[in-house]
Amino acid sequence: MNYYWNWSIFFDPAPDGSATYLQMILAGAATTCIIAVFSAAIAIAVGVPMGIAARQSGMVGSAARAYVELFRNIPLLAQMFLWYFVLPELLPRDLQILVKQSPDGPLVLGTLSLGFYSAARICEQVRAALNAIRAGQWQAARALGLRPVQTYRYVLLPRAFRLLIPTMTSEFISIVKNSAVILTIGVMELTASARAMQEYSFQIFESFIAATLLYLMINFVIVAIMSAAEVLSGTEADRSATRTHRGGKHG
Amino acid sequence: MAALIDMKLVSKWYGDLHVLKECTASVTKGEVVVICGPSGSGKSTLIKCLNGLEQIQKGTIIVDGIDLGSPKTDLPALRSRIGMVFQHFELFPHLDVLANLTLAQTKVLRRAKAEAEERAMTLLKRVGLEAKARSYPAQLSGGQQQRVAIARALAMDPVAVLFDEPTSALDPEMISEVLDVMVALAREGTTMVAVTHEMGFARQVADRVIFMDGGEIVEDAPSGGFFEQPQSERARAFLSKILAHTAG
Ligand SMILES: Nc1ncnc2c1ncn2[C@@H]1O[C@H](COP(=O)(O)OP(=O)(O)OP(=O)(O)O)[C@@H](O)[C@H]1O
Ligand SMILES: [Mg+2]
Repeated sequence: MNYYWNWSIFFDPAPDGSATYLQMILAGAATTCIIAVFSAAIAIAVGVPMGIAARQSGMVGSAARAYVELFRNIPLLAQMFLWYFVLPELLPRDLQILVKQSPDGPLVLGTLSLGFYSAARICEQVRAALNAIRAGQWQAARALGLRPVQTYRYVLLPRAFRLLIPTMTSEFISIVKNSAVILTIGVMELTASARAMQEYSFQIFESFIAATLLYLMINFVIVAIMSAAEVLSGTEADRSATRTHRGGKHG
Repeated sequence: MAALIDMKLVSKWYGDLHVLKECTASVTKGEVVVICGPSGSGKSTLIKCLNGLEQIQKGTIIVDGIDLGSPKTDLPALRSRIGMVFQHFELFPHLDVLANLTLAQTKVLRRAKAEAEERAMTLLKRVGLEAKARSYPAQLSGGQQQRVAIARALAMDPVAVLFDEPTSALDPEMISEVLDVMVALAREGTTMVAVTHEMGFARQVADRVIFMDGGEIVEDAPSGGFFEQPQSERARAFLSKILAHTAG
């Protein structure tokens, strides 16, 4: 293979207006982080209440479960196109113009799309974690006079979150990886930046090695934060509680 | 004396399954009532109806003058005044013992933290576990967990305490430490309704025994009478099984 390695390419000026290729690719990484943080925030803010709703009977529960099925079963790429090409057409005129003309329109719509897609997945995980908590916990809390909201707030959700930390970690990593789909609607996130760099400079290996390392760093930070959360929330005491319960003499 | 707990012709179904059939009974203040009967006879369901954890389809339940079936009744407020102790303890594993005892005091009764902790420590002392205030449930034995659960129920200053087989998930050597606490409570005049097959406890402190079978209250008798001369054939059969088991 006759590949011409040139790591100093990162300090060459980039044609897109960034001072150097390094800055260009770092800007892409920053955009990826912004997408990931806001998508994750939407996913939690929507997914957690939805996970609770999905356990209810009646209209509320059916609506939440329908949401999950809809968003989980349509490919993310297709959803992204719907948000970007179709949704603005349905908006009132003023808003439509704003969305179409704003340079951040694709970023905002893409982030919303990824957020609501991930919300459906978080909803399922929250629902499963809540269902894994013995019914007796709910009864004990209610028997003490706690109201449903208080029962979720002080008993069920804190326990569910401890159970959820490992799955949430991989969910956040998925969000970072899925954020690359947003390049299809023209957002210069990390993968798009690497591709642009490769097209301008022809240094394909350097571009994508840099992108890979940056993805690894972002995910490393996520794992570190989640491990800290696991330690802080005293998951160990909880795990051993589950063990004792299983080992106990329960009928 | 007016009954503290009064149920009349209570019926309940789970789908097609008729689990409670026109149950009528009452409990006066300070009384200790033991409920026994074969597995699946509806004992747990019955006491869960007494604090509205389960809904009934027919009949009335009145607790401390409040009609549980009335749409105006604030069930959470009522529940906070009735203690409940479960077979599997149901302590909150993510909270330490002290926090288990103060959670509902502060969030439901709106007691100040200091006051709630003082009440909690008094009760932990009473069940002999003040040294465990900062332990987590997982670090306690089954018997200790159940004593904490009893203290948690008492922390709300309930008008009555319901027990659903409080000793049947325990290893034999831990049963007596829990029963001792229950006997002490009974002697202090706590109103208690206990589903249990601990006939020693029933003989010692129960004022009445309710025997259930197939969703019906088959017998409701003073405890002495129930053990000496059970009226129904079903109760006699049940007792001979239980007593043979206990003796063996
Ligand atoms: N949530 C439920 N849904 C449907 N059926 C139920 C439910 N809970 C209990 N049952 C049924 O209702 C009947 C009474 O149950 P219950 O738990 O009250 O009996 P029990 O007397 O407490 O029995 P055990 O001694 O085994 O605890 C049983 O046939 C049981 O299978
Ligand atoms: Mg039962």
